[in-house]
Amino acid sequence: MQAFTRLNGLVVPLDRANVDTDAIIPKQFLKSIKRTGYGPFLFDEWRYEDVGQPEMDCSNRPIRKDFVLNQPRYQGAEIMLARENFGCGSSREHAPWAIADYGILCVIAPSFADIFYNNCFKNGILPVVLKDEEVDVLFSETQSHEGYKLDVDLEAQTVTTPSGQVFTFEMDDFRKHCLLNGLDDIGLTLQQADKIKAYEEKRKQEAPWLFA
Amino acid sequence: MAKTLFEKVWQQHVVSENDDGSVLLYIDRQLVHEVTSPQAFEGLRIAGRKPWRVSASVATPDHNIPTTGLEHGITDPVAKTQVQTLDSNCDEFGITEFKMGDKRQGIVHVVGPEQGLVLPGMTVVCGDSHTSTHGALAAIAMGIGTSEVEHVLATQTLIQKQPKVMRIHVDGELPQGITGKDVALYIIGEIGTAGGTGYAIEFAGLAIQQLSMEGRMSLCNMTIEAGARCGMVAVDDKTIDYVKGKPHAPTGEMWNKAEAAWRDLHSDADAVFDKEVYLNAADIAPQVTWGTSPEMVVPISASTPSLDDAKDEVQREGWARAFAYMGLKENTPMQAINIDKVFIGSCTNARIEDFRAAAAIAKGHKVAANVKLAMVVPGSGLVKAQAESEGLDKIFTDAGFEWRAPGCSMCLAMNADRLEAGERCASTSNRNFEGRQGAGGRTHLVSPAMAAAAAIQGHFVDIRNWDK
Repeated sequence: MQAFTRLNGLVVPLDRANVDTDAIIPKQFLKSIKRTGYGPFLFDEWRYEDVGQPEMDCSNRPIRKDFVLNQPRYQGAEIMLARENFGCGSSREHAPWAIADYGILCVIAPSFADIFYNNCFKNGILPVVLKDEEVDVLFSETQSHEGYKLDVDLEAQTVTTPSGQVFTFEMDDFRKHCLLNGLDDIGLTLQQADKIKAYEEKRKQEAPWLFA
Repeated sequence: MAKTLFEKVWQQHVVSENDDGSVLLYIDRQLVHEVTSPQAFEGLRIAGRKPWRVSASVATPDHNIPTTGLEHGITDPVAKTQVQTLDSNCDEFGITEFKMGDKRQGIVHVVGPEQGLVLPGMTVVCGDSHTSTHGALAAIAMGIGTSEVEHVLATQTLIQKQPKVMRIHVDGELPQGITGKDVALYIIGEIGTAGGTGYAIEFAGLAIQQLSMEGRMSLCNMTIEAGARCGMVAVDDKTIDYVKGKPHAPTGEMWNKAEAAWRDLHSDADAVFDKEVYLNAADIAPQVTWGTSPEMVVPISASTPSLDDAKDEVQREGWARAFAYMGLKENTPMQAINIDKVFIGSCTNARIEDFRAAAAIAKGHKVAANVKLAMVVPGSGLVKAQAESEGLDKIFTDAGFEWRAPGCSMCLAMNADRLEAGERCASTSNRNFEGRQGAGGRTHLVSPAMAAAAAIQGHFVDIRNWDK
């Protein structure tokens, strides 16, 4: 997995609450058996006027000009600003795959849905939870300043605005460690294989029906 | 020390505790389907890993399966590849799979309990958010992403932080005609789609005890729509009776031992919860969603809200966008809304009790002329066979409904079953998100009886007044 340490990136504001994973990547793209290639279809229904199909060439599709990802000033954005309960709904990891494949490496919101939040860490994306009023400040500054960039530092757990205002965020130690180092957590868990085996032996005595 | 139901099951599954407070949690059962597993199996292959305990995983294809013309197989080549990939992965790694054509095939969340593959007190995961369904059996059941599917395949564990625990009491008798689906939608309307974020929820109270196992599955199924990690209901006689005799349930002496353990799966009297919510069953009317989030829900007797009732500017904008998408105006009586299609099915409402309730309404009637398609999609081959043995299929087809083969179908429209842009649907599924049932499609979530009544009348009606 790609590590995330520090990012100074252009911000795109997606000013909607309860953005669900069906919107992030619609169902027809879930038929793929790959992990890559979802970026062109990120927010497909909001981004294009036609209905996208897997593996189609998106370069000539009619776009919805008013959608933020289509606005010239936000091209190349690496940080997405969002509202509460971002990533709700389906557990599809295709949602963070599409976000990462598009080039977004950090999402900042007042809250995230649990499964999506968890899925981000498996894909080198940093989800940052800031307070409602802090997110309000960032929305307002992003919308009023073209080329607005934020500096996100995972080690320090800070988001710094161009004017030097610093917001701090919470992060659990284990997730932070894995993301900073790009670690594969299956390998880490398998270092505890003896404990898993011992647990199974004990459980087979207590609850043998679970192993039938 | 007194424990909650959640804490009892959680503590029985802790393999080890890490320094940061997270634990390695043992997973008893993983359910697998074709959409969220191919990249996990590929990950195992790339790393040269094998499943830790092959017998803990069971698979069935459901999302992409066609519900008509099965003799032609899957005609969409991309969908076909995905289902074939599941077949070959299960064959390669030795995982039991109920393949297309097997009468045990169906929606994973219908098949798991039906086969006794999910038992009380288990930890259950699946690469599907509606895994919360299985909490109806007092299991800790959680939806996970594909990377975690791979983690569970490789290690039989997950790294987890213990969530907080919320108990939602629904006190008093369940009113006539009110189902687990109505209770679920009412709760989401009360606490919101993020109301359960960070929590495991236990449902308690007389109304929950009165729900059938199918009703409890519908309720727990939609816990994820309230944002919770999982939903649970304590074990009682209904749970024990439901599990007994299921194909993979224990038997004989093993059953006695298991039952004794399961009888302890309830919160202790003085257990402490992080949050308690008290609701009255008497306040619950049949529910209908009007917007594009499950929390945009009202009783059937009510109207769509007024924008002025929104709690803040973000909600007001969300409602305005939902009205525009749904083609509805403020203050519109729900019973005045005409529909184009009806879908009775999904992991929320495709069990035998759901079809009995819908058939009781449809019997002797005809689907209204303005309804282009009313489809009934069983949750599994066994539910289909059971319904047919009771003559329910005949009641539906006589009334003008289509009786289909099992699968996820128009809940998420990955197969050919979908809404066209602008079409309005009374649906027993779980999500009314924009585009969920087809790009531009408009979904209203209801119970099976409410969907059947809407099909007959051509618009939403109050099931409590149905006397025909």
